Amino acid sequence: MTNSAFLSLDNVTKRYQNQDVLREFDLTINDGEFFTILGPSGCGKTTILRLIAGFEKPDEGQVVLDGQDIAHLSAEHRPTNTVFQSYALFPHMTVFDNVAFGLKMSGVKKSEIKQRVEDALAVVQLHGFEQRLPHQLSGGQKQRVAIARAIVNRPKVLLLDESLSALDHKLRQKMQNELKRIQRQLNITFIYVTHDQEEALTMSDRVLVINNGQPQQVGTPREIYESPVNLFVARFIGESNVFKARITERLEDFQYMAEIHGIEWKIFADHKFDIDDMVHVILRPEDLRVMYIEDAPQESGFLGQVIERNYTGKTLDSVIKLDNGHTLVASEFFNEDDPDFDYKINQKVWVNWVHGWEHVIKADELKK
Amino acid sequence: MNRYSSPLNFRRLVITLTLTWLGLFVLLPHLMVILTSVLTPDAEHLVIWPITFDNYLKVFEPIYAGVFWNSLLMSGITTLVCLLIGYPFAYLLANMSPTMRVVLLFLMVVPFWTNSLIRIYAIKMILGKKGIVNSFLMFTGVIDSPVQLIYTDFAVIIGLVYILLPFMVLPLIASFAKLDTSLIEVGKDLGASPFYRFIHILLPLTAPGIIAGCLIVFLPAMGMFYVADILGGAKSLLLGNVIKNQFLVVRDWPFGSAFSVFLILLMAGLLIIYNKANNYIQHKGGLDDENL
Repeated sequence: MTNSAFLSLDNVTKRYQNQDVLREFDLTINDGEFFTILGPSGCGKTTILRLIAGFEKPDEGQVVLDGQDIAHLSAEHRPTNTVFQSYALFPHMTVFDNVAFGLKMSGVKKSEIKQRVEDALAVVQLHGFEQRLPHQLSGGQKQRVAIARAIVNRPKVLLLDESLSALDHKLRQKMQNELKRIQRQLNITFIYVTHDQEEALTMSDRVLVINNGQPQQVGTPREIYESPVNLFVARFIGESNVFKARITERLEDFQYMAEIHGIEWKIFADHKFDIDDMVHVILRPEDLRVMYIEDAPQESGFLGQVIERNYTGKTLDSVIKLDNGHTLVASEFFNEDDPDFDYKINQKVWVNWVHGWEHVIKADELKK
Repeated sequence: MNRYSSPLNFRRLVITLTLTWLGLFVLLPHLMVILTSVLTPDAEHLVIWPITFDNYLKVFEPIYAGVFWNSLLMSGITTLVCLLIGYPFAYLLANMSPTMRVVLLFLMVVPFWTNSLIRIYAIKMILGKKGIVNSFLMFTGVIDSPVQLIYTDFAVIIGLVYILLPFMVLPLIASFAKLDTSLIEVGKDLGASPFYRFIHILLPLTAPGIIAGCLIVFLPAMGMFYVADILGGAKSLLLGNVIKNQFLVVRDWPFGSAFSVFLILLMAGLLIIYNKANNYIQHKGGLDDENL
C-alpha cells in the first residue's frame, strides 16, 4: 500500500434544498486501502459516496481521482463502481448478464467478457450460477453477484453503500471476511459506508467518523477506538464510560492528578493540561475492574452496587450504579481460575480501572 | 362457527348478487350473440333455424378483409400514438412529487365525467370546416381556404387517441411506480449511456405496462364505431362499424353476431399472447446476445 493521495475531496460543499449536507469538506484516501466512512444515519456519508460515484455533483469543490478532477464527470464515465445497499440486480437478466453488463457497455470483446465474468464469479465464489435469475438467489448470493458485477469492470475505486446491512448476523460476519479477502486479492481501493461500528472496525485500514456532515476523526480502527478525539467518537464507537474530571496537579509529562467525583486519581494523558482544566476521562467497559467488597483492601475506587448483570457467553456485562449517582457499564471476561464468577443484583462492589488504560480528552463542552 | 356465520352469509349474498348480475347482463347476452351467430338470417323474422356456419365463412370474404385491414391499421396507429405520448407522460408523472402526480392524474380523468359521445362532437367542432383549427389558420393567414380535417382517417385517429390515452397511461404509471430507480443508477454506474439504459433497463422492466396499455387501447379501438361514424364520415373504417351496420342498417343479425364473436376471439387471442409475453419478459433476460 502506498501512501499517496489517490482520491481526494477538496473543499466540497453539497446542498440539498439550500441546506448544506457537506460544507467545505476534505477527505483523502490512499491507493489500495480499505477505507470506511462511519456515521449515524443522515450524517452525509452516503452523499460522500454518491459524490465519488458521480450520482451527485458537488456545488463547490473538487473530486480528484488519480490526479484528475472528476467532479463534473457523470457516473457512466467514472472509473468507479458501486455495490448498492439493495443489491439492485437487474431482475430480468441472468447472473451472467448482470455481471457482463458493464463490460458489454464498454464494448469488450465477447470472448473476453466470458472469461472475465467467469473470473469475477470465481472471486466471489459463485461459479456455476451463471444462468440463474436474481429471484432464484439467496440474499448472500445476490450480494456476491452485486460485488462481482462491480469488480468485473476493474474499477479504480469500489464503493460499497451499507452493502452488508441486509444480511443476517452470521452471513454478515462471513461477508466481512470475504470483502477483506477480495480487497486484498484485487488490490482495489474500497470505500465502505456504514453506520455499524463493528463492521467498520473489523474490515477497515482506516476509518472516517463523521457526524452532521462534519468529519470527527480519521484513523486506524485502533486509533479511533482507543484514542477517540472527542465524546461523539468515544460514544459512537463502542460503549464508553465517561467521567468529568478536574486536573489538580501535574506530576510529570503526561501524568496528572485529577479529581473525579471527590476522589483523586493518577491519570495519563497525551495532551498538555493546566491545573483546573476540565477533562473527560473515557473508559471502555472492558477497562473497568470490579471487586467484591470483601476482597478489597480498604478504599479501592468508587463504591457502587450492581443493578443489572448480563451473561453474554464470552463476558459478564454488568451495569453498576455508583453511590455518587454515576452509572457505569463493565464488561469482564471469564477466566479459568474462576469460571463461576458472577454478581448478585444489588451486590455492593468497588470499581476502579487499570491505570494507564484511561483515555483523556479536553472537555470543550464544559466551557460553553 | 356462529361468530363467522354473518360475514359468511354476507359473502354469499355479495357473490350471488354479482354472479346474477354478470349472468344476466354479460353471460346471457353473449350466449345469445353466439346462438344468433349460427342461425340463418331472415328478412321477416330477423333470424330463423336452421343452424349454419355460413355467417362465419362470410366474415372471411375479401370485401371484409379490407375493413379488417383498415381497422387493424387505425387501431395500430392509435395505439402507437398513445404509446408515444403516454410513455414519456407516465415517466414524468411517476417521477413527480405525489401531490403533482395526483393533480395531473385528476386533470387527465376529469374529461371522463363528460360523455365520450359529447366529447367526440366537440372534436368535430374543433376540426370542422368552420372549426377552431381552420378559423385560426385562416386568421393567421397560413391558409386561404379551409383544410379538410374532419371526415378523414386523421380525425378518427385524433378522436380515438383522445378517448383512449388514459388507458395507456394508467398501466404505464403502475409499471414506472414499481420500477426500482436504483436500477437506473446501476446502469449509469456500469457505463450505460442514456440510450442503452432505456433499451436494456427501462424498456424491459416497463414492458408489462407497455403491453397491457397497448392491449387495452388496441382492442377497444377496433370497436369504437361512433368515433369513426362522427369523425370519419360514412365510411366503414372499423370492425365496430361493420358490426353496427349489420345490426342497424342491413339487419343481418346472424352475420353481425358472427363478426362480434370473431372480434371476441381475436381479443382473447391477443390476451393469451399478452400473458405469454409477460411471462417471457419476467423470466428471461432482456439482454440476449442478439440484442448487442
